[in-house]
Amino acid sequence: MQVIDSRREGSTRRSFYIGAIYGIWAAIAASLTLPAFAYLLFPPKARREDEWVEVGDVTKLAPDTPVEMSFRRNRVDGWKITSEKSTAWVVKHSDNTVTAFGPQCTHLGCAYHWDERKTEFLCPCHNSLFAVDGRVVSGPAPRPLDRYETKIEGKKLLLGRLREGDKA
Amino acid sequence: MKRSWAELTEWLDHRTGIQTAIRQFLYEEIPASSGWHQVFGSVAIFLFLTQAFTGVLLAFNYAPTPGDAYNSLRYILTELTGGRLIRGLHHWGASMMIVIVVLHMVQVLLYGAYKKPRETTWLVGVVLLVVTLAYGLTGYLLPWDNRAYWGTVVTTRIAGLAPVLGPYIQRLMGSGGGSVGVVTFARFYGLHVLLLPPATLILIGLHVYLVRKHGVAPAAGDEVLPNQQFYPRQAFRDTVAIFIAFAVLFLMAVLVRVPLEQLADPTDTSYVPRPEWYLLFLFQTLKLFSGPLEVVGAVVLPGLAMLALVLVPFIDRSQMVKVTRRTVAMAFVTLGVIGWTGLTAAAVMSTPKEATAVAVDYSAPTDWMQLSPEEMAGVAYFRQENCVSCHVVGEHGNKVGPDLTRITIHKDAAWMIQHFKRPSAMMPGSAMPPIQLSDVQLNSLAAFLLKLNPNNATALDNAPEFATQGALVYQANHCGACHLVNGVGMKIGPPLNGLAKRQSRSWVEDHFADPQKLSPGSIMPPYKLSPKDMEALTSYLFALPD
Repeated sequence: MQVIDSRREGSTRRSFYIGAIYGIWAAIAASLTLPAFAYLLFPPKARREDEWVEVGDVTKLAPDTPVEMSFRRNRVDGWKITSEKSTAWVVKHSDNTVTAFGPQCTHLGCAYHWDERKTEFLCPCHNSLFAVDGRVVSGPAPRPLDRYETKIEGKKLLLGRLREGDKA
Repeated sequence: MKRSWAELTEWLDHRTGIQTAIRQFLYEEIPASSGWHQVFGSVAIFLFLTQAFTGVLLAFNYAPTPGDAYNSLRYILTELTGGRLIRGLHHWGASMMIVIVVLHMVQVLLYGAYKKPRETTWLVGVVLLVVTLAYGLTGYLLPWDNRAYWGTVVTTRIAGLAPVLGPYIQRLMGSGGGSVGVVTFARFYGLHVLLLPPATLILIGLHVYLVRKHGVAPAAGDEVLPNQQFYPRQAFRDTVAIFIAFAVLFLMAVLVRVPLEQLADPTDTSYVPRPEWYLLFLFQTLKLFSGPLEVVGAVVLPGLAMLALVLVPFIDRSQMVKVTRRTVAMAFVTLGVIGWTGLTAAAVMSTPKEATAVAVDYSAPTDWMQLSPEEMAGVAYFRQENCVSCHVVGEHGNKVGPDLTRITIHKDAAWMIQHFKRPSAMMPGSAMPPIQLSDVQLNSLAAFLLKLNPNNATALDNAPEFATQGALVYQANHCGACHLVNGVGMKIGPPLNGLAKRQSRSWVEDHFADPQKLSPGSIMPPYKLSPKDMEALTSYLFALPD
């Protein structure tokens, strides 16, 4: 049977067809993939302000001796809000200010503890050592301990957001 | 560059044959009569792929259990960038898929393209139609809102009407006795995302294989004309049709908000379920049959219609003729269109007003529901006084005055009321005009402003008109002197949260006129409300969180 070979069709018309095909498919692909990237990569809109959580009585703390204090806080986890137990290592300084460290080593997230003999924080996983002010003394930890925002109302210690310790 | 590209494609073609395959696909010979009427199959495949794409994206943020499905969908709609668009594309894509598949079948029917040797192509197509409807049926349940739940209750009951097989079909759907629960949900989700997509791919593969095997159906007179090639002319037509379909779909997804109703409530006996628009004709057909004849409308007629579709190529076995001479096919299509339109129109017209009025759209943040009546009345005054002509709240407003969501500018209520009365006295240099409201009203306004913060501004801005108007009526009649709403008010009368669960709308409306008649011993005085106030107040009370 006879066939009209499209490759020999009028060349302007043919290139118009081909140009339109490429252009339209590019437009469709862009209008599907760009929203998809935004959807997958942009962080979700925050639902609530960070709440301050009451942790305990600061007057009972001995100066410069870290104490692990536990508390419950609401965590927004996707579409869920879960109440979970959390802890902080709280240090009261001699000038009555308070620092509260996040409970995980900044190296790989192990739980560290206060070594009373060395008077340093020791992470048992890879032997990172942190000073009482959160500084890295030795070991693989890349940055100082993370700190909670703190606020003292009367005798009560309130904790806010956990902030990453700076490298400096 | 050009040379290395040519080398690469040649290398690849030598090992995979891909280039040859593409070329064979694109330069397929098609009859001279091929044209714009044959674009629908390509559009259907495109829509299927779009559904798969948006479906996967939804699944990335969706928890497929009745406990979490609703919350995760709300999360997609209210908190994720582009979430509403993706859901809109998936929702409207499903409707459009039905439209295109039906148009595709109508075209084949009109042109008689199912004739020998293309009967099996048609049969696979009929199975694909059933699969498309199965997607719609199973996907309908997945948002797990009232609409989804009650719609599926009806569907499973109808399935139960099937003679002999009814109870077994129901059991397969995980809804023994017509109840819809966790098992039904799991089955529907499994069908929707695990079984149907690969089945569709296989069927589309088979369908396209058969089309290729027999070639595109020629029209009468094509024998004497030279064939044309698919690429680029017909490929261009298909692409343009796909683009039009996509543009319409995209606009629908952006402009037409897909509502999310209240979380599925199996105890909500007042809910009137409605099927998707394209199934309304079946719903209406069902109404024509009652009692023992119900099975005719529910199962027998739809079954016969499917059987008729299956038999089409075996009944009509005449020679190929010009489409304009296929009067019987045209008559059938015309009758079908008239019947569908008539039944759908009748169903739409008989829809009670309450069933269509979605009181609350849960696909947007609903923080406004938590406001006390006083604060909600404050929203009404805020709008009445047109505060947004100078202040920004949420997505509206001009930046003439300060941003009222900034918590630091909120002083106490007493200060704010003084400021409303004489702005320049409290804030020297302020260009704000005094607000002409009573002290009680100003109190309300201040109460609302104290609640505003950057995170809830948009959500509070969403408060529907009926809620703010209802709160005004509530405040004006001092309902809070006896009743509790959102924890504010008195406990002399019953708390009003969850009223919708306890009483019907008409009961509440009658109760206002004569409380003792409906609840003997009540100390509530009768209220004569205007119809407009009554409507606003009842809507407001019925939209309160439980």
